[in-house]
Order: sequence, then structure tokens, then C-alpha cells
Amino acid sequence: MYRYSEFDDAFVRARVAEFRDQVNRRINGSLTEEEFKPLRLKNGLYLQLHAYMLRVAIPYGTLDSRQMHQLAHIAEVWDKGYGHFTTRQNIQFNWPKLADVPDMLEALADVSMHAIQTSGNCIRNVTADHFAGAADDEIEDPRPTAELLRQWSTDHPEFQYLPRKFKIAVSGSPNDRAVTRAHDIGIRAVRGKGDETGYEILVGGGLGRTPMIGKVIRNFLPKDDLLPYMEAILRVYNLSGRRDNKYKARIKILVHETGLDELKDRIETEFTARRRVFPGVNQRLLESLNAHFAPPEFVDAESSEYELRRTRDPLFRTWCDTNLNRHRDSNLAIVTISLKPVAGTPGDATADQMRTIADLAKNFAHDEIRVSHEQNIILPHVPKAFLPRIHDRLKRAGLATANIGLISDIIACPGMDYCALATARSIPIAQEISQRFDELRLERKIGPLKIKISGCINACGHHHVGHIGILGLDRAGVENYQITLGGDATETAAIGKRPGPGFSAEELIPALERLLDAYLTIRLSGNETFLQCYRRLGDQPFKTALYPDSARKAA
Amino acid sequence: MNRIVRDDGFHPDDLEHGEFLTLERLEAGVEAPVLLQLEPDADPGDLPRHFAWISGIRIHFPNFTDGRGFSLAARLRQLGYGGRLGAFGHLIADQYSQARRSGFDEVVINELMAARQPESQWLAKSGWRQRSYQAHILRSA
Repeated sequence: MYRYSEFDDAFVRARVAEFRDQVNRRINGSLTEEEFKPLRLKNGLYLQLHAYMLRVAIPYGTLDSRQMHQLAHIAEVWDKGYGHFTTRQNIQFNWPKLADVPDMLEALADVSMHAIQTSGNCIRNVTADHFAGAADDEIEDPRPTAELLRQWSTDHPEFQYLPRKFKIAVSGSPNDRAVTRAHDIGIRAVRGKGDETGYEILVGGGLGRTPMIGKVIRNFLPKDDLLPYMEAILRVYNLSGRRDNKYKARIKILVHETGLDELKDRIETEFTARRRVFPGVNQRLLESLNAHFAPPEFVDAESSEYELRRTRDPLFRTWCDTNLNRHRDSNLAIVTISLKPVAGTPGDATADQMRTIADLAKNFAHDEIRVSHEQNIILPHVPKAFLPRIHDRLKRAGLATANIGLISDIIACPGMDYCALATARSIPIAQEISQRFDELRLERKIGPLKIKISGCINACGHHHVGHIGILGLDRAGVENYQITLGGDATETAAIGKRPGPGFSAEELIPALERLLDAYLTIRLSGNETFLQCYRRLGDQPFKTALYPDSARKAA
Repeated sequence: MNRIVRDDGFHPDDLEHGEFLTLERLEAGVEAPVLLQLEPDADPGDLPRHFAWISGIRIHFPNFTDGRGFSLAARLRQLGYGGRLGAFGHLIADQYSQARRSGFDEVVINELMAARQPESQWLAKSGWRQRSYQAHILRSA
């Protein structure tokens, strides 16, 4: 794990002092409300529907038990005893008071954490594969690169007042678990000729009201060139991104309106000039960062307890089948702790649950914890022998839901229950879906399925890349839910397509039941996933299931 | 009266009565060193051949949320401009560090801003060389 240097520590503390001063200068009138707004946003502070919301960065989703304990402490002292893990590997506290926020930031700084650039028109918290350093398919650990980008982008003087927010994701594996194709910049580790690693750079991806899949702007960027290349992209965007319409201000629109080739020429010209300022800088720096992320020392442990429990305890076996992933070391497993209990709020964890997770990480799992963009918690390095004990503790804490990758493992934005922008509820919809399919006992039969729900067109719930996406809109004061089908967030990324008109809140669950009944009937076998089936047959059979009346009329 | 903000505080604007030319005027040809005013959408690509004729440049910030001026300043420095460079328009004290670190020498503010955000608030940002991650990266590599 990355350990703060004296420089990092001094930086975050100075930043807390600066924000305290900015709050005071807002109160004494030195700063207008308009001027204060981007300053508070750059420190993670939003004004929500009912109250302020503080969004805390968990850089590339990695934290240790000490940090998780502190998040629990913050949730209890300054919030209502829980926090909400988000799709960008952040945690949000929904009920802080403005006057308390500097103290909350101070408490974060005490454990090498911050809320810097989690909001506002700047480069946001850099995200990465939540299985980094543990996955067996990895070309390299993406976190040293992500940490380098965190440092470079933090308070970068040129890029604090961009046309719009700017999101970067890094993946170190051919299997993309970081949704790099839906980010302003996606960075993927690739092997070049002669086995050296470099980066494939994607630009212009994004969801929101104009969803676009990122385009490759560089097939192979040598690692030395990363920072000058990032500066070139950001400078071209800062100078020529649209500022006349906030809905057209993201870099994806610049790519779309300018054309990839023309934009690429401008970026290359800028890059040639910037490179003279950063000669080979980051290779040396990356090497020193690599040392921070060296894997823990794994010891061969007796795993007969695990094997035995698997044969005797069906609940444990079911949990293992869904919530474990293969670790690069066969003595270990990657454990995903579901924050999606049946009828619960996706991504919410109570302070007690956070402490349980922290203690499990500390005692059994090399003191490492990850937050996934799918709003679950990961223990990346778990010796298999400890799995039975971990499962027992998780059960007691209400954290043993065995549903990873299944229909109730839903991504949902906060929706109208919290968000000022939302046009419909999303959390209650997620709760109804998980409850209904639990009652029907269909979850396991349906198999791998990603449902993603957004409560407005801004698409924080990533509905465009859900196998089934649900978008909640307001139609003349009535909630209306549009369905999209065939979206994909991985290396085969695709934007889902709308098969037809939306449904009312009451019609939605029966419509999903018809849709999934149809899938179960027409799939080739239990091995053909919903997405594979959709890709094989197209949307016609699913349309017929969703809109039986119009199908009858047409016949 | 405008104020010029530098690391040591407020100064009167010595260029208040200076004539600032637009980029178009400059390109039409001049016979003596001139002052230049740039809008944030200016393309400075052809400026280097005029550098000898420029005694000072000011970049306009129409609104403090419009960050183009920071990149424009950095680009001018990258092109080799070593002369006096100021930012004017709507900037707040909280942006002083960013302005200095992007290549500006000074920020020009009007009387209203100088009253609302007095000298002490700008002086508080004069340590802009400290705690720059970008400089830190260059140092540690």
C-alpha cells in the first residue's frame, strides 16, 4: 500500500487549513456564494437535497484497516452512523454540517486520506481495478500508475477550472474491471514489442446524457511519456472544450465534434512540446512507487479446514461459488463482500460493518481492503484457510450475502431519496428487484446478470453499460422507467439499446419478470448468460416479452 | 483604480494608462515595443516571431471559473515568452497560486475585488512555490 511521504502529509494538512479559511471567508463575505461553490466542490462538499454531502476519496479503491476504522468513526461522530460507497470508489457521508466539515477533513488527514478533487470541474479521484495486485490475469499492478496520476493531478495549476469534470481510470489486466472505456481517459497496461509494458490510451468515453465508448488515441504509449501525454490531452481539452453548454462540455463531445484524427494531431503537437519538460521523469518515479505496492508475503497455509467446510456447509459453499475470485497465488482467494443484501441500499455500510471488515482485513487478510466501482468491498489477499472464519463473522454482521455478479448485485445511484438532480427513485427500485427475485428463487437460475439503475439522465448508476439498464425519468410528475438492453462495462464495452417505451414504477418489476422468463426459455443452456443470449438473438424476443400487447397487435 | 498583486502584496497598476493591442493589431505590424492583451481563445502559435516587439502581455479572465487563461499562460512560457505576463478580469485570491504556477508574474484586480478580498488574503497565497505536487514529481524523479 502507498504510505504518505512527509510531502503528502503536509499537503493534505495545509489543504484542510486552507478550506477552514475558505469557510470563514465565505461567512465574512470575502467570497461570494458563486465563488465559494467550486472551492467547496474541490474539497468534496456537495449541497444535496436535504443537506450537505461529503465525498471522500479512496484513491484507486485501496485502503487499510486503520483507514476503514476512521471512516466508521467519522460516520458515527458526524453522520448518522453509516456511509455510502459509490461507483467511483469513493465513500459519501450524507448528513454532515458545514461547520463540522473541516474537522472531518482533519480526521481524514490523520489517516492519510482526503476529499480533494472528488467533485468540481477538475481531474477527479483516479480509479483502478479493484483486484489490482491480486488478479491472476494481470500484466501489471495499475496502482503505481494511478498513484502517479493522483500526485500529478492534485492541485495541478492549469487544470483546476476545466470546462467540466474529468475522470481517469486505470486497468492493468486484459479483462477490464475498471470500465476504462466509459471514462474521459482510460489507461490500459499493454505489452509492446519485446515484452516491455506500456499503455493503451482511450479518450472520450463517458455515460451521462450522451453515452459514448472511449476511442483508442494511442495504441502504445511508452511509460516514460505518460505525464507529458496526459498534460497534452488536458491542455487541448482545457483550451478547446466547450464552455457554452455544460451538457456539451465533456471531452467526449470535443472528440465527437472535432473528430479523433484532428484532435489527435493537436494533442501530438502539444505532447512534443511538453515532453521536453518531463524527460523520462516518471519511469524512475514509477519504480519507487512500485515498491509501495509490492505484494505482501504470502505463506503456504493448510487449507483443509476450507475444503472440509465446503463439503459440509451448503451456505458456505454457495457463498464461495459467487463471492470468491481466483487469486494469482493458489493458496489465496479474492473475497468480495456484498453490500447488496436483499432489500437493502446498494453500497451502504454501517459503522459496525466497517469495523467488522477492518478487523477481518487486519487479522486474516494482510490488512488490505478495496472498494469496487460495483459498490462492494473486496478483501484482495485472503488465505483460503481463513475463509470459514471470515464467512462466520460476515454472517453475524449481515455481510454474507452470496450474490456477486447476480441479479441482486445491483449498481444504483442515490436517486431521489438523496440527490438534488434525480428525477426518480433508484434505491427503492433496486430493493424491489432484489426482493422479488429472491421470492421467486430465480437468482441462481438466471446466473450472471448486471442490472444498473440511474435516477436521472446523468447516469451515475451506469445504466448504459448494464446488461439490463434502468433509467428513472420524470414524465409530467410521474416516475417512468426506461429499460436498456445489452450494455457491457468490460473490455467488450457496449452501450445498451432501448427496446421501447418506459414503464411506471408499478409496471417495471412485472416487465422485468417477463423479460427474464423469456431469457430462461430461449437460452441455449444454463451456461448461456443473459448478455450472450441477447447478443446471439438481438432484441426481438426480449421486445416481445416486454411489450406483449404491441406484439399481439402487430401479429 | 486597479491593483497589481505580486508576491509582496498590492501595487498600483503602472500600466493603467498603457495602450494594449489586440493580437490582430500586433500581427498587422508595429514599430515600437507594445503591450498585448489576449482573450482566452487566442492562438499564440505565431507569437514567437513578435516576442521582441512585446513589452508585456495581459490575459483576460472573463469569469473565474474559465480556466483557459492558465493553459494559455503555460503555453506562452513553453513557446519561450520570458517577458512580463499578467492575468486580469475576474480572479479570486484562491487562484493566485495557480496563476503564479502557470507562469503569470502578477494578477490585476479591480477596486471592488481589492476591497472584498484585501491584501492579507492574497499575501496568504504568496507561498505558492511550496506544496506543488508537480514540482515535487520533478524533484523526486
